[in-house]
Amino acid sequence: MSVGAPKIPVTVAEVTEVNDLIKRFRFVRRDGGPMPPFSGGAHVVVEMDDHGTRRMNPYSLMGDPADSTGYCISVRRDEAGRGGSLYMHHHVRPGMQMVLGAPVNLFALDARAREHLLIAGGIGITPFIAQMAQLEALGGRFELHYAARNRALGAYMPALRAAYGDRVHTYFDDERQLIDLPALLAGQPLGTHLYVCGPKGMIGWVRASAEAAGWPRATVHHEEFLAPPVGVPFTVDLAASGKVITVGASQSLLEAIEAAGVEAPYLCRGGACGQCETAVLACDGHIQHNDHWLTDDQKASGTRIMPCVSRFEGRTLVLDR
Amino acid sequence: MTKTDFPPSIRSRPVYGELAYRPGSLHLMVADGEGANALVDLVARAGAEAPGLLARAHIIYMPGPNGTDLSAVVQALGAAQFHRSPSYASAELRLRKVLADARMGLQVYLAGTEGLIGQAQREAMAAGLPHDAVQTEHRGATVRRVQCVHCKGITENVRTDPFVCAHCGLTLFVRDHYSRRLAAFQGVNIDAEDPGKVPPLVERFT
Repeated sequence: MSVGAPKIPVTVAEVTEVNDLIKRFRFVRRDGGPMPPFSGGAHVVVEMDDHGTRRMNPYSLMGDPADSTGYCISVRRDEAGRGGSLYMHHHVRPGMQMVLGAPVNLFALDARAREHLLIAGGIGITPFIAQMAQLEALGGRFELHYAARNRALGAYMPALRAAYGDRVHTYFDDERQLIDLPALLAGQPLGTHLYVCGPKGMIGWVRASAEAAGWPRATVHHEEFLAPPVGVPFTVDLAASGKVITVGASQSLLEAIEAAGVEAPYLCRGGACGQCETAVLACDGHIQHNDHWLTDDQKASGTRIMPCVSRFEGRTLVLDR
Repeated sequence: MTKTDFPPSIRSRPVYGELAYRPGSLHLMVADGEGANALVDLVARAGAEAPGLLARAHIIYMPGPNGTDLSAVVQALGAAQFHRSPSYASAELRLRKVLADARMGLQVYLAGTEGLIGQAQREAMAAGLPHDAVQTEHRGATVRRVQCVHCKGITENVRTDPFVCAHCGLTLFVRDHYSRRLAAFQGVNIDAEDPGKVPPLVERFT
């Protein structure tokens, strides 16, 4: 079960094709009431009934946090993914009824920052759109550095340029434009916080560069949702509920637990928040830890698992669930 | 003389670590008294990084509250900039100027007594650094900087517990409750309920 505030029954109000890869969806409450408040950087879990398969994917809210009439998300189509983004692209139409989880923010702005340095890659722009609207309203100082593969895929660049002028810097891979990260990191006034959202490689590059440039860890923020990886099916013994379940190739362990009717806590479903952490009672085999939550020591100990993204290979896995 | 080990206490009581080299564009070191030795050890442990560390180091040093003055030892490290101040108060304007001009990539190293560490950390926080981005190492005197919760006056270099507030004259019990904002421990009147019933002043901080 999702931890925290109740779920939100919504109607799909608008579906907009932004470019070849990205569609934007706007949701409003079925009862016509205001949406729960959120802050820039928050995400919601979108529940999908994909012809019998239940999918729950997290997406960053990209609307203005001051607008309580609806939520907006952008979904990048991933042909090689497990199917959530394909479902959103191919089957979600205006007027459809869906269910959203309550907003959760694992990528919040630090209000103590003197300045906010935002670095986005591709679809990683979405949380920053909400954050910039919030900063603009509160008079916060920021600059955005936004890289995309090419001009056609630089969703929202013209709109952001129009809204925020020369605080928005754009880069296109196919024009061999690269963010000059060392110079950028060296030039920021004391008290600047750094935020990065984008592909895994970019996040690693920015975090490693910031550390090498002497940025304190507490000033560097990142968000990376992991899609549960596809793998080999495996069986799991759920000791607390007395059930043995099989996790399918394209199913996550968390989804298999839920499909068996066992309640398990979750929030982000992307290996980031720590909510679904589960005790391993016995393990004869190898746990494939795919999360960002457990420490390396915890992963090596084999006593904890994050069922939203992690898998197992071997003879026996017994969980306290 | 190595770093001070304080007995475990409540969460509010600051704890100190051991200075370690971190990459940075400017290394600001502020120390008093025996804190000089922490800077010497920091440079020694930096190994191959030591020349680069010193070439980008700005050291502000002052004697400790017990009179220890190791200026010559600190100056001999050969930092790009070395400044000796007679006191923390006289060093504060320089510290503020360095912080105001600094960019991200600045490393801050504080060593010596709690009064010096706390006040310099407060300046770093005021300049925008998270409190835990500042490295600290305690050396030397354990005298405390204490705020009287009644008159709000701060008494420096408190040696005994209880002690007499230098401002309002109440006898205060020294607690481990600490304010990063004030860079001071909390002192509470010990004979509020039985005026005049004051236990003997014990020297707890040296």
